[in-house]
Amino acid sequence: MLDGTSHGAGGTGPALTADDLRGQVRGFLAVHDPAATPRPDFLRARFDAGLAWVHYPPGLGGQGLPRALQSAVDAAFAAGGAPGNNPERIGIGLGMAAPTILAFGTEEQKRRWLRPLWTGEEIWCQLFSEPGAGSDLAGLATRAVHNPQGGGWTATGQKVWTSSAHIARWGLLVTRTDPDVPKHKGMTYFAVDMTAPGVEVRPLRQITGEAEFNEVFLSDVPIPDADRIGDVGAGWQVATATLMNERVAIGGAAIPREGGMIGSAVRTWRKQPELRTPGMHDRLLRLWADAEVARLAGERLRQQLAAGQPGPEGSAAKLVFARLNQEISELEVELAGEDGLRYDDWTMRRPARASFYGRDPGYRYLRARGNSNEGGTSEILRNIIAERVLGLPPEIRLDKDVPWKDLPR
Amino acid sequence: MEGPAAVTQTQQAQAQQAQARQAAAEQARGEQGPGEQPAGPAAAGMPDLLYGETENELRAAVRDLLADRAGPAAVLARTETAQTYDTALWHALAADLGCAGLLIPESHGGAGATYREAAVVAEEIGRSVASVPYLGSAVVATTAAVAAGDDELLAGLAAGTTTAALAMPFPADPEAVPAATVRVGALRDGDPAGTYRLSGTVTGLIDALPADVLLVPADGVPFGLYAVSAGDEGVTRAPVVSLDMTRQLCDLTLDGAAGRRIAAGQEAERAMAAALAAGAAMLASEQLGLADKCLEMTVAYVKERRQFARPVGSFQALKHRLADLWVGVTQARAAARYAAACLAAGDPDTAVAIALAKAACSDIAVRASQESIQLHGGIGFTWEHPAHLYLKRAKSGLIGFGTPDRHRASLASLADLPAPGSRGGAR
Repeated sequence: MLDGTSHGAGGTGPALTADDLRGQVRGFLAVHDPAATPRPDFLRARFDAGLAWVHYPPGLGGQGLPRALQSAVDAAFAAGGAPGNNPERIGIGLGMAAPTILAFGTEEQKRRWLRPLWTGEEIWCQLFSEPGAGSDLAGLATRAVHNPQGGGWTATGQKVWTSSAHIARWGLLVTRTDPDVPKHKGMTYFAVDMTAPGVEVRPLRQITGEAEFNEVFLSDVPIPDADRIGDVGAGWQVATATLMNERVAIGGAAIPREGGMIGSAVRTWRKQPELRTPGMHDRLLRLWADAEVARLAGERLRQQLAAGQPGPEGSAAKLVFARLNQEISELEVELAGEDGLRYDDWTMRRPARASFYGRDPGYRYLRARGNSNEGGTSEILRNIIAERVLGLPPEIRLDKDVPWKDLPR
Repeated sequence: MEGPAAVTQTQQAQAQQAQARQAAAEQARGEQGPGEQPAGPAAAGMPDLLYGETENELRAAVRDLLADRAGPAAVLARTETAQTYDTALWHALAADLGCAGLLIPESHGGAGATYREAAVVAEEIGRSVASVPYLGSAVVATTAAVAAGDDELLAGLAAGTTTAALAMPFPADPEAVPAATVRVGALRDGDPAGTYRLSGTVTGLIDALPADVLLVPADGVPFGLYAVSAGDEGVTRAPVVSLDMTRQLCDLTLDGAAGRRIAAGQEAERAMAAALAAGAAMLASEQLGLADKCLEMTVAYVKERRQFARPVGSFQALKHRLADLWVGVTQARAAARYAAACLAAGDPDTAVAIALAKAACSDIAVRASQESIQLHGGIGFTWEHPAHLYLKRAKSGLIGFGTPDRHRASLASLADLPAPGSRGGAR
């Protein structure tokens, strides 16, 4: 093998090929006619046939195969006219909740949660950040107290920047369960039923005028112990795993050349020669080149994942994505000239999902400011790269060995 | 390295892949509405950007040799001798490890490998800044000789017994090949058939000092590419005191030197364009290796160096700079691999790929070498420490085969990003 196209990836059992899986999809479609089967029934059956995500274990929607084979399955279903599970709508579930449940959940939790998560019948949200715990997530103050009788837990606190909370059935919740130990040791991770009493969701209006996110207030919310993910006190390890998946998810969608924000800027450039200046041309060439290189780096990252060689490059992708979106949208507003002084709509709305497109450059300019903070600030990402990738010495910390309750706040 | 058959199959497979990609890209253009079309290949047609097993093995062999023979002290010492090129090391790399023949087909005695493997060797040379004429001979001159199909030259190059250099100024840019400065003149009495007499000057050649053969583009009727023996009468190579003495330049003067024409007319132009394109792409990989090594050296140093009773690498101001540098290297690596893969497969996107790679890798190499000097503090500014060798090689390499600005400017036409005052951009 000279060109490195077939790297071994960890499957179990007989080595199924993409062709075998296409055969399975044809067999499935022969029994479940997409035109005649209600969408939820179709998706549930697809999950039960192990064709939802083939890299997941048998019985949980997969077949324990290399992740790279999934694209052949998805393509075969799409070609057969099958309904999809609308992955953009359930991105947090697919990208963060599912890998966390798979890695840390009990067998019963996996069976209970993964199927409706994948079919989209149950939407998930992520209750991590708090008004007092942003970059310093481990300082969080939402308390969960164990009930001596009955065995369940009661959670109280406030979470913020929660997308999809208003439509979610489940929330990934990190809580403080032991304030008497140092902060990283006293946390516990739960799945909280967003329809439980005491859960209040309020929209959080942002600089673009709309509200993509929510504040979530938890007042004596009961959580059964069966919904705890991972051990009591192990919440930080579980949360860290979730966040690593978030970073991959945010930097990571495959796009064609000029498929991202640069496409919008260059279309304006091509259509309106009167807007061109030498300075802007230089900026445009740089940004086009950087955006294309970033796209190639994203492709390379995907190839690494598909080959079973995940690297730390996901953190780089998120940093670059944030910078490019910001610089490209800055240029785009200037390119718009007088139109750059206008804004399409300040009305408070609840978009189903955030999209840069279908709006004016001013919206992209404002929305992109959030890219370097959401999902881990660029500064924290640089710390992570420096310490975990480059192995540089950690910051001198004042908060590591002090009980959480004694930290200055 | 694997057997020749595997290599040939790979080349065929890559060529097929490239055709399929072109077809997919054309189809994608057809399906999109006006003004929405992507300018390049769809994501599904992306070539392999990773390193394969053979590439990793080749890398390990080259790294071992260079670690043994081209450590920082040895490289520095050689820059202060009369013979700045390490010809013994070059022979070991070229002949013993077979790096000279990587790009030469097996039918001509080479390894029949591709630019993907050649790029890995370039990365390793960039990491060591070894003074060997790999880029000029095994990449640039070899690409020209392969394009010209010159059996005699290829046999010597493949065996590692002939070292060749293209007589072009190092800054020559593949998107704007400079005009020839050498002319074909009158023959002398007794010149055998097939001999040409060349006169003129070319400045700023790389890897020509240790070369046996110079490939000289010369104006005449028609324009041609000529092989000239470097030791012949009428050939003068004047060493240049170069910014980068690990790749010392020379100025070439030909005064009625005898040449053998290896390509003429459009064939010669194509051979030169191919040689410069390959030079730019493989220099990008060299710059990537150089940047990676600068980052590695600097990270190691800031972990050891203590000030204020702590390693300076624990200060966030430094950590963030190094993290940004690492990000730049990861981005540049994708661009370098894409350029090597496109070149290997004859992909229609090769010109864009090379422009992106040369711009990204040259920028990151210079930045990494400059950061290396800054973050090494005083020691980084000394002659004794190798950091300056990397800075000089990086900055010279940035100018070689087109600066990042020139490569980005070429995107104006390659990617339809027209300059102010031009009429482009109709689509």
